[in-house]
Amino acid sequence: MNRRNFIQMAGIAAGFSATSFSVLARAGEILPKKGRRVVVVGGGYGGTIVSKYIRMSDPSIEVVMIERNKTFVSCPFSNLVIGGSRDLKDNMITYDKLAEKHGIQVVYDEVTGIDVAAKQVKVGAGTISYDRLVLSPGIDFRFDELEGYDPVETPKYMPHAWKAGEQTLRLRKQLVDMADGGTVVLSVPVTPFRCPPGPYERISQIAWHLKNHKPKSKIIVLDANPDIVSKGPLFKKAWEKHYKGMIEFHASNKVTKVDHKAMSVDTGVEEVKGAVINVVPPQKAGAVAYMAGVVGEDKKWCPVNQTTFESSIVPNVHVIGDACSAGAMPKSGYSANSQAKVCALNVVQLMNGKDPIPPSHVNVCYSYVTDKEAISVSAVYKVAEGKTIAVPNSGGVSPDLSELEGVYAHSWIKNILHEMSS
Amino acid sequence: MKPMGIAVIIGGCFMIQAPVWAESPSQAAMLSNTCAGCHGTNGSSAGPSMPTIAGMPETYLLETMKKFKSGERPSSIMGRLAKAYSDEEIKMMVDFFAKHPFGREKQEVDAAKVAIGKQIHNQRCKKCHMDEGRDSEDSGILAGQWKQYLQISMSDFRSGKRKMPEKMAEKVDGEGKLTPEEVEAVIHFYSSQQ
Repeated sequence: MNRRNFIQMAGIAAGFSATSFSVLARAGEILPKKGRRVVVVGGGYGGTIVSKYIRMSDPSIEVVMIERNKTFVSCPFSNLVIGGSRDLKDNMITYDKLAEKHGIQVVYDEVTGIDVAAKQVKVGAGTISYDRLVLSPGIDFRFDELEGYDPVETPKYMPHAWKAGEQTLRLRKQLVDMADGGTVVLSVPVTPFRCPPGPYERISQIAWHLKNHKPKSKIIVLDANPDIVSKGPLFKKAWEKHYKGMIEFHASNKVTKVDHKAMSVDTGVEEVKGAVINVVPPQKAGAVAYMAGVVGEDKKWCPVNQTTFESSIVPNVHVIGDACSAGAMPKSGYSANSQAKVCALNVVQLMNGKDPIPPSHVNVCYSYVTDKEAISVSAVYKVAEGKTIAVPNSGGVSPDLSELEGVYAHSWIKNILHEMSS
Repeated sequence: MKPMGIAVIIGGCFMIQAPVWAESPSQAAMLSNTCAGCHGTNGSSAGPSMPTIAGMPETYLLETMKKFKSGERPSSIMGRLAKAYSDEEIKMMVDFFAKHPFGREKQEVDAAKVAIGKQIHNQRCKKCHMDEGRDSEDSGILAGQWKQYLQISMSDFRSGKRKMPEKMAEKVDGEGKLTPEEVEAVIHFYSSQQ
């Protein structure tokens, strides 16, 4: 169903509303429910998979997936675009095949409000009712924690590139345009943030570009954390092997102030200038989570039942992916994929009046340290006493950096994007 | 003409209903679904270095997971993950994947290599890898398996990192030992199977 159909349907609903008060109350219902329905907000690593697996597990449940963009751009593998060894187009998927094959109704629209009492999601074209709602909104930024950061202007000069797309290409272009001998500054926020090894893979990819094209240049890393957050020893080994003397790593250096006109960042101790500055801002759950009132006391992330991913705050609303707190699981694409499947199966169980099934998750996360060599971390997660924990004596990091890890990483992205789009 | 017309209508209905595997939630699905992040939905892979595990004989998959768990079979990720599962859980996952159909995608192959590979298959391999590698009692399905995965596997076998079963060692490294080119040809033959 395309957008024009929706507008026509919205028109029909509006026409009816003039004749009857009871229908008037439902004015603007753009997709009247035919049976039990789950509405999914977000078409990323979590949203696509929860939609698909609900339909695969119980085709009698309607699924409506709301997403504002017709094309999804993957954050995993976007660092390779910044390094110059991958085309951003290869990170993109659309939803046509997924929708057709599984009978998912995709609505391309912006969510403007959520009425959890009426069980309705408001979008630009009208409202959509649900029995259960799954939010997979990803992240937004805590810009207010960076003095001088203008949410509109600053990313034009200091790209965050932490949501893939235009920002990725902007950072890439700045690196290409920079003169040899320039300084690149990258700031890492406090954990938790989307993709714990992401900043360090990015540093590696920027270093790979500089080594090959601008060898007199250097990278200054200002990390708010006491050390590299993920795969630390392997990243350090890679930097020593490939980029010796090129990366200046400053731990426990939290950027608190930015000035995009002066192209400088400030840690409260010192001001650092750069030709290219990549500020990765601190993060929080995506805006939709705030609309539904499912953000926890920390005002950042969404607490959920670890077995069903149902919000601990609002019933019938589930939150998966980066926006939720899932115990020991990192905020990664694979985690979102895994959480989506656990959530899908248990939403189906709940809607059929059955007991939830104990969860089983996997996370595998590859990081490229050159254009070909990669490292990985993996784990299996279960729920014990209401908490998501890594299964002891399993998982862990790759023994070394290797091209074979890179080969596997390449097949991983193919498989996971294929799963999301078919 | 009439029966043909009926056939067309039946075909049409089938298309609309979309042949998607519907499976009620179960502990087996809960354990297995998460593997699809790397091995593809229901175990049919879209990435050339990750094998399709759908439709694999149960004995082979069970044995493989045991070898990953013990470290007998070399791996990047699988050894680390296999250690997290009990034997009972592994059995549930094996049963889950075994019952799904092995999905085959068209791969780029060299016709000349496929022809040589077919000869070698007929002379040396077909007794165990039956029906062009589609059928086997205790080894994996080779027909339509990803070429890159088969290349990585054979490289592990020939370098000694992974132990070949006795009968396989006899056929590959025994009398008239296969050259690397011949091994590559056999790989092209199997991955060409649709």
